[in-house]
Amino acid sequence: MKEQSPLTQFEIKRLIDIQLGGVDASFTNSSLMMIFVLVLATMLISLGMSKRAMVPGRWQSIVELAYEFIANMLRENVGSEGRRYFPFIFTLFMFILFCNLLGLVPYSFTVTSHVIVTFALAAVVFVGVTIIALVRHGFMFFTFFVPPGLPVVLAPLLVPIEVISYLARPITLSLRLFANMMAGHTMLKVFGGFVVALGLFGFAPFVFIIAIYALELIVAVLQAYVFTVLTCLYLNDAIHLQH
Amino acid sequence: MPQLATADFVPQLVWLAITFIALYLAMWRVAIPRIVDVLEERQRRIDDDLMRAESLKREADEALAAYEEALGEARANAQRTASETRDAIKKQAADREAELDEALAKENEAASSRIRAAQVEAQGNIREIAIDAARAVTQCLIGTEPDDGAVGAAVDAALEGNR
Repeated sequence: MKEQSPLTQFEIKRLIDIQLGGVDASFTNSSLMMIFVLVLATMLISLGMSKRAMVPGRWQSIVELAYEFIANMLRENVGSEGRRYFPFIFTLFMFILFCNLLGLVPYSFTVTSHVIVTFALAAVVFVGVTIIALVRHGFMFFTFFVPPGLPVVLAPLLVPIEVISYLARPITLSLRLFANMMAGHTMLKVFGGFVVALGLFGFAPFVFIIAIYALELIVAVLQAYVFTVLTCLYLNDAIHLQH
Repeated sequence: MPQLATADFVPQLVWLAITFIALYLAMWRVAIPRIVDVLEERQRRIDDDLMRAESLKREADEALAAYEEALGEARANAQRTASETRDAIKKQAADREAELDEALAKENEAASSRIRAAQVEAQGNIREIAIDAARAVTQCLIGTEPDDGAVGAAVDAALEGNR
């Protein structure tokens, strides 16, 4: 039996080599999963809402619940000004949620277990939020780094801290999601290896895997939620410019 | 660690951009308007139903108020009629009693005057009987016919003394 590293599951495999004007746009296993995410998320909503029932059925209820969930999150964290950004927040939540959940299907690939993907999402959020703040408040935006009631003596110390913590946002946001996904999948793979290695006694790690898998399902939903709710909080900071 | 293979970054980013933008457009243009439509339609239905229920309730309240008003009016009418009737009956009874009293008084008066007349007449008869009796007794006792005037005077004196 060939010994496999628990990390091989994260390998990018090029399925179709594509070069677009010198840019490597190869279709990989990651791209395939992204396409699945796109198709499944769109299908869930179109099929779920296809009946437009006054009293929703099972699938329509799921779609409506997701909608209300994100709408409430946005309303509670940002307020009425956040309504314009609802499509983006909703897309972000659905994309991450489907990436996380589809990644839990055996033999599939977890898109969000790659730091470059989560960092790209976080960077879009960070840049977008900063642009919104600059457009709404102009130079007043920079007062965000000066906490109200700050003594002048402490300013040279606290302002850099505020700036650093602001600049660290995309990093913490992306690392949180990436690390959670990668750790969970690595652990599943490691214990999967134990099941094979222990033979008949593999029963114990097998039970453990079932428990971990349930936990990973929760983590998948939770991390999608955390990413989205933090985006809402950053958006709130940008719009209301408060700590 | 495959996540740090920088050569794989660009294709991931390209396809992330493609799929995320596609998903965004699908959600923004198709999915969300459809969900909003359904939710708004439902909310409108609920509001309509609530409004209709409210108007029905108001109507019912009005009907109840009208009914109660009519009931109160009827009760007041009944009370008034009853008291009027009672008063009329009382008055009638009083009238009749007064009439009766009057008639009785009149009869009483007549009876009294009759009694008085009878008394006077009776007194007159007593004098004559007494004179006749005195004359008869005198004749029996002494055998002489007494003088009418003397007997009358004696009887009158005796009647006067009795009085």
